[in-house]
Amino acid sequence: MITEQQLNKILIPAANKTSAIIPMHLQIKGLHLIQKVKRKIPSLDTSMDQLVEQEIPDVDTLALEDIDVSNPFLWKQDKWGSYFKRLREEDPVHYQANSIFGPFWSITKFDDIVFVDKHHDLFSAEPAIIIGDLPSGLPAEMFIAMDPPKHDEQRNAAQQVVAPKNLKEMESVIRGHVCDILDNLPTDRPFDLVSNVSKELTGRMLATILGFPLERRHELIEWSDVIGACPEATGGTATNDDTFEAAFEVAKAFSGLWNEKAARKAAGEELGFDLISLLLSNPDTEDMIRRPVEFIGNLALLIVGGNDTTRNSITGGVLALNQFPEEFKKLKGNPKLIPNMVSEIIRWQTPLAYMRRIAKQDVELNGKSIKKGDKLVMWYASGNRDADKIENADQFIIDRKNARNHIAFGFGIHRCMGNRLAEMQLRILWEEILNRFDEIKVVDGPERVQSNFVRGYSSMMVQLVPKAAS
Amino acid sequence: MGNLTFIEFDGTEHTVDLEEGKSLLQIAVDNGVPGVDGDCGGEGACGTCHVIVDENWMDKTGDISSEEEQMLDMTPEREATSRLCCQVKASEDLNGIRMRMPEFQM
Repeated sequence: MITEQQLNKILIPAANKTSAIIPMHLQIKGLHLIQKVKRKIPSLDTSMDQLVEQEIPDVDTLALEDIDVSNPFLWKQDKWGSYFKRLREEDPVHYQANSIFGPFWSITKFDDIVFVDKHHDLFSAEPAIIIGDLPSGLPAEMFIAMDPPKHDEQRNAAQQVVAPKNLKEMESVIRGHVCDILDNLPTDRPFDLVSNVSKELTGRMLATILGFPLERRHELIEWSDVIGACPEATGGTATNDDTFEAAFEVAKAFSGLWNEKAARKAAGEELGFDLISLLLSNPDTEDMIRRPVEFIGNLALLIVGGNDTTRNSITGGVLALNQFPEEFKKLKGNPKLIPNMVSEIIRWQTPLAYMRRIAKQDVELNGKSIKKGDKLVMWYASGNRDADKIENADQFIIDRKNARNHIAFGFGIHRCMGNRLAEMQLRILWEEILNRFDEIKVVDGPERVQSNFVRGYSSMMVQLVPKAAS
Repeated sequence: MGNLTFIEFDGTEHTVDLEEGKSLLQIAVDNGVPGVDGDCGGEGACGTCHVIVDENWMDKTGDISSEEEQMLDMTPEREATSRLCCQVKASEDLNGIRMRMPEFQM
C-alpha cells in the first residue's frame, strides 16, 4: 500500500521537474485530478468531511484526558478561555491522544512556549505549522515550515518586502488607504466592520506588498479565506475542492505576474519593492518559479499571514474597546497611548492561536516526557493569558507596562516577519479613527469563524458616532 | 561602578551607570534609553535589542551563542560587531563601552 508521504516523494520532484514545460496552474489541476481518484480508494482518502457543530460543554464537566483544544468550535463559541485556564492550572503540558487531527501535546504556559519556540534544534517546524495536515494531495512548502538552512535563505529574500526601511516608504501609502476607507463609511446606519474596514484595508495592503493589481484585491481575500479554512488543516469550513481551486487561481495569477516582471527585468527595467520583484532580484530565489511547490507555499504563507492576522486585530481592537469602555476614554484623553495600545490589542486578540512543532529527540518539558516524533502545539493565545507572566491577563489595559512583551508574534527564527507592518497599519488606523470619530459602538455580534488556528471574526456590526464639529 | 554609552541612530548619546550583573538591555530599559525594544524580555529570541558595539570593546562582550548568531543573521542591518544587548552581561571590563543603535529594530 502506498502512503500519502511516499506519493508526495514522487510527486514533488516530478512537479518541480515538469514546471519548465507545464504551467504551474495546470499541474495543480493535474494533482487535483489525482486527488479526486485517490478519494475513491478508501485507503488513500485522507480528506476530511465537514465537521458538525455541537455545543461545547463546560470545561469543569470533563476529565483532563477528554479536553481537546483542537476543536474548531471552541473559538467559534467563545469558550476557549476557560479551557486553556484549566490546562494552565492543572496540566500545562497536556496530551490529547484522540483528536480528529491525531495525538498532540498542548503547551499552554508562556515560558514553556518560549522554550519550544527558541529551540529549533530540538523541535522541527517541518512539514507544517498547523495541527492537521495540508490539504491532501496538494504539496506546498513554505519557509515558516522549514528548518535552517533552507528556511534562512528563503526568509531573508522575502523579508525585505516588510523590512522597516521599506515600511518607512509605505507609511504614506497606508495612510492614504486608511483615510479613503474611513471617509467613505456610513455614519447614519450600522454596517459590518469586518467587510468594510478590516478586510478592505488588509486586502489593499496585501495587494500593494505583493505587487498584485489593486482592483483584484478581493480575490486575494477570498483565496486567503479558503486556504486558511481547510478542514483537515484547521477544522475550517472549506472543502478539498475549494482549496485546490484557490491554489489553482493563486498559481495562475502569480505565475502570470512573475513572468511579466521577469520579462521587464530581462529588458533591463528597474523592478519595484514588491515581493515578486524582490524574489526575482535575489539569487537564492530568482528561479523559484521553477520550484512550484515552494512558490505556491510561500505565496500562500504571505497571503494568509498578511490577511487573517491584521484583519482580526482590527476587529478585535474595536471589540476590546467596547468590552472595556474605560480604556476608550483613556485613549481619547491621551492618543499618545496608541503604540502601546497596538501591542495590547495584538496580545489580547492573538490572531493566530498557535504554531506546531515535531520533537526531533526525546525531551523533558515541565515534567512531561515528550518522545521523538511527537507533535507539539504552542498555544500563543494561552501564553498571552498566562497569569504567572502577565498581570490581569484577561483585562485589556491600553497603558499596560511592558505591553510589547507578548508572545503573539512567536519567538526565535520563525518570529513573525510582518510584525512592524502590522503594528504600523494598526497605529495609523487608530490615529485616523480618533481624528474622525467619537465612538465606534458594537451593535451586533461578533460572529467568530470556525477554526482552531485563526482567531477570526466573520462579521461585527458597528455604528459610528462622528466627532462633534469643534 | 562605571558607565556605558548607548548612541541612538540620530547621534543622541545616553551615558548611564553600569550595574554589574545586569544585562545591557536591562540597564537600557531601566534608564529609559530609547531605540531598543526587548520584546522577548531578554531571551535572545526576538532580535529587537540589536546594538553595534564599538570595535575596541567587541572582544570584551563575551561569546555569541548559536541562537543569538541566528537571530542576528535575520537582521538586515547586521554589522561585524553586532550584538543583542540582552545577551551581554555588564561587568567592570565593560566600563566605558560605546554602542550604536541601528536605524530600525527587527
